[in-house]
Amino acid sequence: MALTVVSQIFPREMIPAVLPLIEDKLQHSKEIIRRKAVLALYKFHLIAPNQVQHIHIKFRKALCDRDVGVMAASLHIYLRMIKENSSGYKDLTGSFVTILKQVVGGKLPVDFNYHSVPAPWLQIQLLRILGLLGKDDQRTSELMYDVLDESLRRAELNHNVTYAILFECVHTVYSIYPKSELLEKAAKCIGKFVLSPKINLKYLGLKALTYVIQQDPTLALQHQMTIIECLDHPDPIIKRETLELLYRITNAQNVTVIVQKMLEYLHQSKEEYVIVNLVGKIAELAEKYAPDNAWFIQTMNAVFSVGGDVMHPDIPNNFLRLLAEGFDDETEDQQLRLYAVQSYLTLLDMENVFYPQRFLQVMSWVLGEYSYLLDKETPAEVIAKLYKLLMNDSVSSETKTWLIAAVTKLTPQAHSSDTVERLIHEFTISLDTCMRQHAFELKHLHENVELMTSLLPVDRSCEDLAVDASLSFLDGFVAEGLSQGAAPYKPHHQRQEEKLSQEKVLNFEPYGLSFSSSGFTGRQSPAGISLGSDISGNSAETGLKETNSLKLEGIKKLWGKEGYLPKKESKTGDESGALPIPQESIMENVDQTITKKDQSQVLTQSKEEKEKQLLASSLFVGLGSESTVNLLGKADTVSHKFRRKSKIKEAKSGEASSTHNMTCSSFSSLSNVAYEDDYYLNTLHDRGDKELKTFSLNSELLDSESLTELPLVEKFSNCSLSTPSLFADNSMEIFHPPQSIAASVAKESSLASSFLEETTEYIHSNAMEVCNNETISVSSYKIWKDDCLLMVWSVTNKSGLELKSANLEIFPAENFKVTEQPGCCLPIMEAESTKSFQYSVQIEKPFTEGILSGFIRYHMMDTHSAQLEFSVNLSLLDFIRPLKISSEDFGKLWLSFANDVKQNVKMSESQAALPSALKTLQQKLRLHIIEIIGNEGLLACQLLPSIPCLLHCRVYADVLALWFRSSCSTLPDYLLYQCQKVIEGS
Amino acid sequence: MIKYFLIVNKQGQTRLSKYYEHVDINKHTLLETEVVKRCLSRSNEQCSFIEYKDFKLIHRQYAALFIVVGVDDTETEMAIYEFIHNSVEVLDEYFSRVSELDKMFNLDKVHIILDEMVCRIVETNRERILAPLLILYNDSSSSSHSLFARMI
Repeated sequence: MALTVVSQIFPREMIPAVLPLIEDKLQHSKEIIRRKAVLALYKFHLIAPNQVQHIHIKFRKALCDRDVGVMAASLHIYLRMIKENSSGYKDLTGSFVTILKQVVGGKLPVDFNYHSVPAPWLQIQLLRILGLLGKDDQRTSELMYDVLDESLRRAELNHNVTYAILFECVHTVYSIYPKSELLEKAAKCIGKFVLSPKINLKYLGLKALTYVIQQDPTLALQHQMTIIECLDHPDPIIKRETLELLYRITNAQNVTVIVQKMLEYLHQSKEEYVIVNLVGKIAELAEKYAPDNAWFIQTMNAVFSVGGDVMHPDIPNNFLRLLAEGFDDETEDQQLRLYAVQSYLTLLDMENVFYPQRFLQVMSWVLGEYSYLLDKETPAEVIAKLYKLLMNDSVSSETKTWLIAAVTKLTPQAHSSDTVERLIHEFTISLDTCMRQHAFELKHLHENVELMTSLLPVDRSCEDLAVDASLSFLDGFVAEGLSQGAAPYKPHHQRQEEKLSQEKVLNFEPYGLSFSSSGFTGRQSPAGISLGSDISGNSAETGLKETNSLKLEGIKKLWGKEGYLPKKESKTGDESGALPIPQESIMENVDQTITKKDQSQVLTQSKEEKEKQLLASSLFVGLGSESTVNLLGKADTVSHKFRRKSKIKEAKSGEASSTHNMTCSSFSSLSNVAYEDDYYLNTLHDRGDKELKTFSLNSELLDSESLTELPLVEKFSNCSLSTPSLFADNSMEIFHPPQSIAASVAKESSLASSFLEETTEYIHSNAMEVCNNETISVSSYKIWKDDCLLMVWSVTNKSGLELKSANLEIFPAENFKVTEQPGCCLPIMEAESTKSFQYSVQIEKPFTEGILSGFIRYHMMDTHSAQLEFSVNLSLLDFIRPLKISSEDFGKLWLSFANDVKQNVKMSESQAALPSALKTLQQKLRLHIIEIIGNEGLLACQLLPSIPCLLHCRVYADVLALWFRSSCSTLPDYLLYQCQKVIEGS
Repeated sequence: MIKYFLIVNKQGQTRLSKYYEHVDINKHTLLETEVVKRCLSRSNEQCSFIEYKDFKLIHRQYAALFIVVGVDDTETEMAIYEFIHNSVEVLDEYFSRVSELDKMFNLDKVHIILDEMVCRIVETNRERILAPLLILYNDSSSSSHSLFARMI
């Protein structure tokens, strides 16, 4: 009984306490107890997999248990574990096959039969496991062909449960490495399902078809008529399943019909979940296969009007991006946009129709951007329409901000319009502060038409905007403030820590925290000043600082300070940029030119700043609440955009790097830095472009030089680090994100000539062969860089032939973020040569072990292409780096972390002393030893990119008490497991 | 993965409900009424599987009783459909022709039976499912005590 309870409700904290008891029960003489114990362990595995890792062997024993019930129970655990990591259990395939064979062959006791079918659920479970094991693995799959054939044959009885088995069989046959005979049989089975008069079987058949059709679309042709029949079936569930099936076989030819059907269904259904799901699918299909503009816009209109506010926010965002970026053909784009504008205007003309807010937002954006394409209607008329909408009470305030943004964009084209004035008049007294804000902006812009046209150019929506996240134009202001005795800005978390330390006057912590903060915090600067920018912020704080400053932009405090005068604002920006602020006065010989450039740059910046803000207000109000446009969201979209336009990016980065060489500035193009930094990169490139314009003269002179340099570095990264900064503009500060990255980039670029040379800089693992065939072999090794894990796959061409367009791709994995390093597609691989591909891997959430798999594809002699798959195991340890902090910082951090885990570990004889134990930890886990005091030790590490974890150790006799704390809730658990392994193992 | 197991009658009253995944207790009734409404609206010609939010409902009718099981999409519908039948057979065997009243007055026993069977689909062997129950209730109280002792 107790075991039953355990397997149903159990808090994870109590697991260590009862685990040994349950382990004992695995040896119990009664099979029911053993079974319950296995189930309890299964539950533990579900809630905290890392805590039961050491008893995997016992699971194997359970699998071989003489009692069927116990064995069946253990299958649940295996199904789960195999799902997580199939490669680790390939060796068990044989046993599973044997078990299934016995079950199918009726070797089980008769009382396990259900309607004379031997243990059907057990069979299903086994088939599922086999399906997972055999996936894309020929060798394992071959083991199971026989037994699958057998099960298909045996399951001929006409009983519901045999159909269930058949279904699972078909599923398995199609998921393992294919074998034509079996596929044929499976296809026949599906036919039986689909043609069955029984409704449940039909459903099952459709489901199987949906699955199968991805691999073999011809099968759909055989059952064409049935599918069409099902489409008009009275039962909505069947209909829905059929649509699902159609969704899978959609292509450019049949998209119109299928989407038509889907829309019909959409109009009938009322359930929110179904709508969300279906709308997403329609939008995807429409984007992928749209035959022409008119159809695309109409479909999207239908989607927006039905899907309304429940749909996923990605859909309207994607749609808008598509409109803005367009395709390759410019005239096509214009037509599309024109059509969109026209259709929206007609929609708006209709009286008394209610549209969802999202739809209105999309409309207002499109009208704002592309109304200029219209010949007939003047912008004024469009504004009038928007105005009417604005006055409508049913429109939410969020949508209203979109509308105002659209009006703002249109105003410069309309020249003079009464409506605009009326609108301004109306909303400057609005109760909604946000609306009032926008109205004021509009008002001031309206008064100064010239500025306005320059700020809001026509059709520029998809240009990348430079976001000066460090607010360099406020530096002057900050410097002034500082000289007048204001306290320097402290990032949020620092302030919090100080507060925390003050609260804890009575200190019970064992670390002897020493805070000299009393004099410090007394002078907390008023928020207004401190929010400016922290010039000397160290690298770790950069991220936080940005968020803060960007929030500031969102609420437009900037304007607030200068009294709502945009013109003045740009002027101030100008001045502050030109002001020789003490810290940046390291300018040397090129002083004059650079000051000039600085000025012009700041000028353009501040303009862009404003453009950005207006655009951001129109683009991003949908994402967050109006006041906090968060940086992350923005960075995301921008870089996403960039990914799409990879070509341009390449061109740009080339451009940028050459410019950098020329101007000898301090920019280092961080193209190999992880994904987030893409964002900075964009900004960087933008600036690079600017410089290109200003210094086109110089460029000609130096072009040849930079060109020779480029090919050299092209393969690894286009990092071009040049002489130390000649001008240390404050705004550049931000382009040195975490110092370590900058440093590594520096190293890398300087060593760009030889890869191997470079790798010696970091610790790396030995090469390990991951896959091979007669022509190539692939081996991989890991380089534990400071900022990421660099996976290197070196591909050796063993044949005497040239390989064409070798290409290595990595499948996206759940836990990882993989960033490609440049040079991953090689046009030609010479005979008997070795080439390397590099990927930097970042972790997304903690785990103990994960698999990174991918494939390499190549062409031989232009004839056929071949593909070779491989996978690599990554452990959490690959992402752990030492965190070098002082004892005091340790104390502070320790207090601020909420998640802690404690455990006692027995140490082996050899390392009974603390120092030696810690040394082991340092070597094996890459923890950093901060201090050893008596029988206590402090260690720290971080999980890349920057999740710190602290460890406090204490020794009593031969027991080591480990105490972890971290800001991440799962990390301590995983680390504890690793520590246990290391300490007990050695 | 089985999410919940419901037994309801034609009037929509819940006779038994077991949840295998945490659902806020206040939401139970709401969820049950929603689910029951959907199941009751289905006719015999329509199939016994319904999609509801992100999981599937599989229902089967026995005279005036409906049994509804909610699963996620890793389970095969048909297998669950038959599993329901299996559980009814077990109940039938224990109560010898099970009725709604049996379930109402012997809720504890039904729960024990289900505990044996479900977690995922754990045990489908009829005799084995009933074994602990028979020990508990048929033997004298002393032996049931000793059973407890042995099990713990």
